[in-house]
Amino acid sequence: MSLAFSLSRETAYLLGGVGALLVIASLIGFVLSKRTSTDAGRATIANLNARIRAWWMMVAVFGAAVATGVIGATVLFALLSFLALREFVTLTPTRRGDHMALSWIFFIVVPFQYLLVAIQWYGLFSIFIPVWAFLFLPARIAVSGDPERFLERAAKIQFALMICVYCVSHVPALLMLDLKGYTNNAGLLLFLVIVVQMSDVLQYVWGKLFGRHKVAPTISPSKTWEGLIGGVLSATALGAGLWWITPFTPLQAAGMSLLITILGFAGGLTMSAIKRDSGVKDFGALIEGHGGVLDRIDSLCFAGPVFFHVTRFYFG
Amino acid sequence: MSGGILAGFIAGVARLLAGATVRYAGYEPAAGQRVYFANHSSHLDFVVLWSALPSAERAKTRPVAGSDYWDKSAVRRFLAREVFRAVLVDRTGQNRERSPVDDMVAALEAGDSLIIFPEGTRGDGTAIAPFKSGIFHVASKKPQVDLVPVMIENLNRILPKGEIVPVPLLSSITLGPPLRLGTGETKEDFLARLRGELERLG
Repeated sequence: MSLAFSLSRETAYLLGGVGALLVIASLIGFVLSKRTSTDAGRATIANLNARIRAWWMMVAVFGAAVATGVIGATVLFALLSFLALREFVTLTPTRRGDHMALSWIFFIVVPFQYLLVAIQWYGLFSIFIPVWAFLFLPARIAVSGDPERFLERAAKIQFALMICVYCVSHVPALLMLDLKGYTNNAGLLLFLVIVVQMSDVLQYVWGKLFGRHKVAPTISPSKTWEGLIGGVLSATALGAGLWWITPFTPLQAAGMSLLITILGFAGGLTMSAIKRDSGVKDFGALIEGHGGVLDRIDSLCFAGPVFFHVTRFYFG
Repeated sequence: MSGGILAGFIAGVARLLAGATVRYAGYEPAAGQRVYFANHSSHLDFVVLWSALPSAERAKTRPVAGSDYWDKSAVRRFLAREVFRAVLVDRTGQNRERSPVDDMVAALEAGDSLIIFPEGTRGDGTAIAPFKSGIFHVASKKPQVDLVPVMIENLNRILPKGEIVPVPLLSSITLGPPLRLGTGETKEDFLARLRGELERLG
């Protein structure tokens, strides 16, 4: 682990490739904005261009974090966890008696979980939240003496912590994996994030172009079977093509990509169900065109831990 | 001057901590003098509202607060008088010479804007309490000053009454259309109308 800017040649190529992709996307967005004439079409293209602009920013921040190694990546994902948790808990109807338990998760649990990532203490990292925090929180809520909807409140706070902190922390934790004959762990992190995020983008594109049959119309009106299948297959092909940055063979990279894109879809659908239940469209408004932080990383929440453990089990 | 620097710093921390979204629902921010009146459920209320104002407005906007609370210790007094330039008023009614209304009118005559919480004290964040009559008397004496309703949401969850450690959730501040005292409007009607306008923003 090093603090200085250090990118392996492969990682640098990959980030350059992402930059080139964004240049192409920006050009397409520009051409579309000139060609569209209907009002509805213009609104879609304006949203598309806002999303592309936000992608530039996200890629710049992410690239800088990965280039600064374990510390940069850990700090970035700690911040994302904090912001996502804030969005989630804001929408959760907590009561006065939850106040101290919530202070604990924001100011103690989040920093400590990421400290464990930074010092690469796998044993405690993998159980700190599910064992220690999950037992402590309901007890702390009970101490404050409000029994109303107790189980519901404790469970919602645990779920928030699970999704926004525990799951997300597995992404920078990829850097601590000790794999056979492979040391470029930043490449593994890049592979996960690029495949999952590109799967979101490709599902959006396939859905906009060919989407007709909705997967779960009561949960999310924008997720279609055409978008799902087209997006998952094309993102899997993309992931297979990125095998050279990973410890996988091309076939293994395809299998991994299929796994994480399907999990990413499951994550997006689950979080959509929560938003639907809370009566909101987005978790926040921090990233223009995308909504909140949690809207952008929902797929990563599900894909991250599974990718971490499958990689650790078969390649560690 | 050190008070001013500290004030800027506190405004920054408040913005970070409370992540307030500011919404204009019928109010256009502009230069000029006005009285912001808001619901009250947290110590952070006026800091967050004040930190959300454009910095030129912030420099001449003073919160109105109870001297029984803010004059109690040296730190509170310093914060209230030097940092926030609060208009400290006597809520107990013991001072017969000078009423809270006189203090507020004097601040308006000096050209400043005010932030007031007409409920008089912090509530639990669920309902808005009936308004105290001070705002009516101020409006009668200065009828040309706009009264801007400000709905502050979620701050009671960020720092409720009686807690010291905050929970950094997202809050929102909604500013509604400016109001004035109608000709011949009674005190009861006026206070009820203001409270209704504030509730409507929630």
